[in-house]
Amino acid sequence: MGQSKKTKPKATSVAPVHDERWLHFYRQMLKIRLFEEEVNQLYLGAKMPGLAHLYIGEEAVAVGVCEALRQDDYITSTHRGHGHCIAKGASVDRMFAELLGKEAGYCRGKGGSMHIADQDTGNLGANAIVGGSAGIATGAAMSIKMRGTDQVAVCFFGDGALGQGLLYETMNMASLWKLPVIYVCENNQYNEYTHFHETTAGEVTARAKAFGIHTASIDGQDVRIVHTAMQKLVERARRGDGPAFLECNTYRFHGHHVGDIDRAYYRSKREEEDWKTRRDPLKLLTDWLKRNKLVDAASLAKIEDEISTEIKAAVTFALDAPYPEPGEVAQHVYA
Amino acid sequence: MSMPNTPSPLPSPSGKGSESQQPQHTLNSPVREITFGQAINEALAEEMRRDPRVFIIGEDVAEAGTPFKVLSGLVKEFGPKRVIDSPISEAGIAGIGVGAAMTGMRPVVDIMFGDFITLTMDQLVNQAAKIHYMSGGKLNVPMVLRTTLGATRRSAAQHSQSLHAWVSHIPGLKVAVPATPYDAKGLLKSAIRDDNPVVFFEDKLMYQLKGPVPEGEYTIPLGVADLKRVGSDITLVATSSMVQVALAAAESLHSIGISAEVIDIRTTVPLDKQTLIDSVKKTSRALVIDEGYERYGVTAEIASVIADGAFYYLDAPVKRMGAMDVPVPFSPVLEDQTVPTPESVVALAKTLCGKT
Repeated sequence: MGQSKKTKPKATSVAPVHDERWLHFYRQMLKIRLFEEEVNQLYLGAKMPGLAHLYIGEEAVAVGVCEALRQDDYITSTHRGHGHCIAKGASVDRMFAELLGKEAGYCRGKGGSMHIADQDTGNLGANAIVGGSAGIATGAAMSIKMRGTDQVAVCFFGDGALGQGLLYETMNMASLWKLPVIYVCENNQYNEYTHFHETTAGEVTARAKAFGIHTASIDGQDVRIVHTAMQKLVERARRGDGPAFLECNTYRFHGHHVGDIDRAYYRSKREEEDWKTRRDPLKLLTDWLKRNKLVDAASLAKIEDEISTEIKAAVTFALDAPYPEPGEVAQHVYA
Repeated sequence: MSMPNTPSPLPSPSGKGSESQQPQHTLNSPVREITFGQAINEALAEEMRRDPRVFIIGEDVAEAGTPFKVLSGLVKEFGPKRVIDSPISEAGIAGIGVGAAMTGMRPVVDIMFGDFITLTMDQLVNQAAKIHYMSGGKLNVPMVLRTTLGATRRSAAQHSQSLHAWVSHIPGLKVAVPATPYDAKGLLKSAIRDDNPVVFFEDKLMYQLKGPVPEGEYTIPLGVADLKRVGSDITLVATSSMVQVALAAAESLHSIGISAEVIDIRTTVPLDKQTLIDSVKKTSRALVIDEGYERYGVTAEIASVIADGAFYYLDAPVKRMGAMDVPVPFSPVLEDQTVPTPESVVALAKTLCGKT
């Protein structure tokens, strides 16, 4: 890990994104999409214990943000965290294994969907307490500052976390002490089953502005916009200019969790269709790539084939993997 | 590739891993009398000198040195970057402590009054306590959260509780309840070196208590009870503020011919069950005294351990004394009734020994 720090030069300006890199972004977004579709199938086929909160529709946020980070930068994630985990560099086979409660999982099956952590890629963990990781991300940023490295910490949270006091306590301290933390608010419009307008007074970004934190509110469906905005914020943070708050306006294509099928009582089919047809982040990117002749249909099909094969192999690996030994139940309570 | 716990560029003083399992004493070190508060201060100063990863964060911890003046002078030696005055945001500083601990630091979070740990509960219970387990053993939270307990300071219901049972209930947390300056220093040094989150309770009334403390380096392992007084007729098991109460009661009992043994558990988690059981097997009677609320309290757990482990040796039911199950009242006349005293301990011990 120390190596990546040495070999990568300190960012001094926003790096231009080469055209072929957008293809890599597409691969990552597609990997999240296909992973999540498979998770849904595992749930529907009763092969996955418990529930999962699908990230489909929000892929541009995780990929746009994490592609602006180094491997040794930290993220904290949410209950809807599979996208963040993949975008930060985790392998889908060990992720599936974790979701199935297998020993080969990132947390030996002890965390599950809502607690995947992978320290090798700087993922300090998904968190099933809404807003619960604001302290961890801010503390990681404090640690960065004390250790004198140029890492940054990113705190992912949803619009639901705007109701949690911890977020405001930690944003206040991050601003006071100019900590290298970027608060990424994935505003997918819904606090579980309630539109955020019903729960959130005033402006979203005004909250961070009140603490003197640099803010931006952007279209979270366009990965190029997310990435460009994020690069600037990461550069600021590395430079020592302190925290930032990025609101990414996005949409959850599926329900709150895989079992949330009947959603008509809180949002209309028409609204969902509108986002899926007009605001799908994958489609927005492929349309742009095709318009600019950076990719053709055959190349896209090839990429889809490759990712699809990877996902299938990963699911097979996880389904075949052994469960932990029963004796593991009392291990890892204490370090 | 254990990145988040690799503290680069701040080196660990002696590599990775818990260093607190074995007691270390400096032989022939001169012993002075210092207060409980000074012992805490010394432990922090020594660990901060020894390990650049250790820092303190809390409300009024720097120039003010806390309202109890326990941290006085530390900011002068270590500077405001390592002794950090925070906003009044208990949840926030606990959370920052968790994140810093996960990424290579060893924070000591100062929560001024034990009553305020209620504000840190999500960070302690759902985050700090569970992260090692939930990550399958990959992530550690080597954080100490120092706070206080104890009534009879006329501080009323929100500044007087002893809530150590709350955190003792949660797997993944360790909990220290020292009762002497010597134990406070040795246990705090171990807590700071431990790779787990440790909640460290200090009795507010005890800060001025003096006791012998060696000048040299020593640690006391978490999970080892201490025999504070040898006796043969009854075992008084006590925690924190109640150890001095138990010792005073033992002295009174001695004058009426009852020989009381006093065991200080020193940590509720891990709990040194064997020392408790062995003592009660010898004395055949046990009275458990703790300043937390009696209902569902620390005394209940300890009484159960004794009943399980020494049942066939008991000559009387295991009895327990905790704080009355009422919010701590302000009026001295009322407040003084709510906690065990040497007199109330003597009365119950006499009954247990058949001397009424």
